[in-house]
Amino acid sequence: MTAPATQPPRPSASAQRLIGTLGGFGVLAGLLIVSVFAATQPRIRANKAAALAAAINEVLAAPEHYDTLYVTADSLSHTLPAGGNAETAEAVYLGWREGRPAGFAIVANGPGFQDNIRLIFGFDAASSQLLGMKVLESKETPGLGDKIYKDAEFVAQFTRVRAPLVGVKEGQGEGLPTELVMITGATISSRALIKAINTTLERVGPLLAAYVPQESQP
Amino acid sequence: MSPRKPTPPSQELIKGVWRENPVLVQLLGLCPALAVTNSVANSLAMSAAVLFVLVGSSLLVSTIKRIVPSDVRISTYILIIATFVTIADMILEASVPAVHKELGAFVALIVVNCIILGRQEAFASRNSVGRSLLDAVGMSIGFTLTMVLMGTVREVLGNGTFLGISVMGPHYEPWVIMILPPGGFLTLGTILLVFSWIKRRGEERAKPATAAAGPAVGKAA
Repeated sequence: MTAPATQPPRPSASAQRLIGTLGGFGVLAGLLIVSVFAATQPRIRANKAAALAAAINEVLAAPEHYDTLYVTADSLSHTLPAGGNAETAEAVYLGWREGRPAGFAIVANGPGFQDNIRLIFGFDAASSQLLGMKVLESKETPGLGDKIYKDAEFVAQFTRVRAPLVGVKEGQGEGLPTELVMITGATISSRALIKAINTTLERVGPLLAAYVPQESQP
Repeated sequence: MSPRKPTPPSQELIKGVWRENPVLVQLLGLCPALAVTNSVANSLAMSAAVLFVLVGSSLLVSTIKRIVPSDVRISTYILIIATFVTIADMILEASVPAVHKELGAFVALIVVNCIILGRQEAFASRNSVGRSLLDAVGMSIGFTLTMVLMGTVREVLGNGTFLGISVMGPHYEPWVIMILPPGGFLTLGTILLVFSWIKRRGEERAKPATAAAGPAVGKAA
């Protein structure tokens, strides 16, 4: 009886060759990624800035220009706080029309039914009135929760309601200026928007009210 | 025993479309097929990303196959695939930001898509650059056709539109479930059923022809 023929195991490559191969490809991969990053980053930043400008334009009803004001602990400032990053620092946007303030555009976040909802809303600090609202990011249920940005009648309410918002079910309101009629079938998503706006205004509202607008050049 | 006849190059291209379709036959890449086919635009964008990664990786892997030691080949393939995926992700974000946002993490997850690594290990690492290119393009076409088919069914039924253009009229009540996750499973299951039925019917039709030609000598397992 003979033992079954087996193939001899292939000799392994030396450790140096293994490290050299992986290291070499790692360096090449890194160089390639950095090159593409450098080439695409200006356009990605420009896209983000254009999307933000379009949203501000929508919620402040087409201001002539707007100022970026960074939120610090006790005030709004034209200058970025020391050590802050212009892309990640919290900011509000003050719109200008015919030399007068046209309202603040403020970004707010809050947990929705599926995921976090990110929105921007226009706000007049003197009258506490909202000027408009646009959902920037949402994964709410198609056909139900997504009505928070697809239902034109619901979205239009944000141009006339006053803060702090109070969500009411259809037919149950008392006609108060702070009432916002929620969407039937999307109550949780509607409440999420209301809560996100109210919470943000609780925090930055006093800063907006105390801010003395000084127009900058567009 | 006569040596195995080499597959004609045209077959390398065509096989991925039907006979070895990556989704419908090999059942690979099911994660994006279920997750991002809720619209035709998303299906096309994901397919373009897979085409870019699969073709790029196959070209590179088939070129360098002789210099990569066997012990680190999988790590090297993953490194190459991840590089192409990162590049595809950045290009998509720069050129079509809305679609990039819709696809979310699924572009980055192409790194772990079994179609890509599977083709590198099973084909590109054993074949010439030309054949690997044909194989990658064929597999990408097969993937794209399946994705677009699923995207069409789901978008038309679930939203009443095709590429955002209304096709079902103003009185159509969309089947919202079709653009939700269950719609992905329902559509994929139905397409697999129909595909399997067509394939089986073809095999049954071929049987009498084989029997008439003469008795079979042996049967492959």
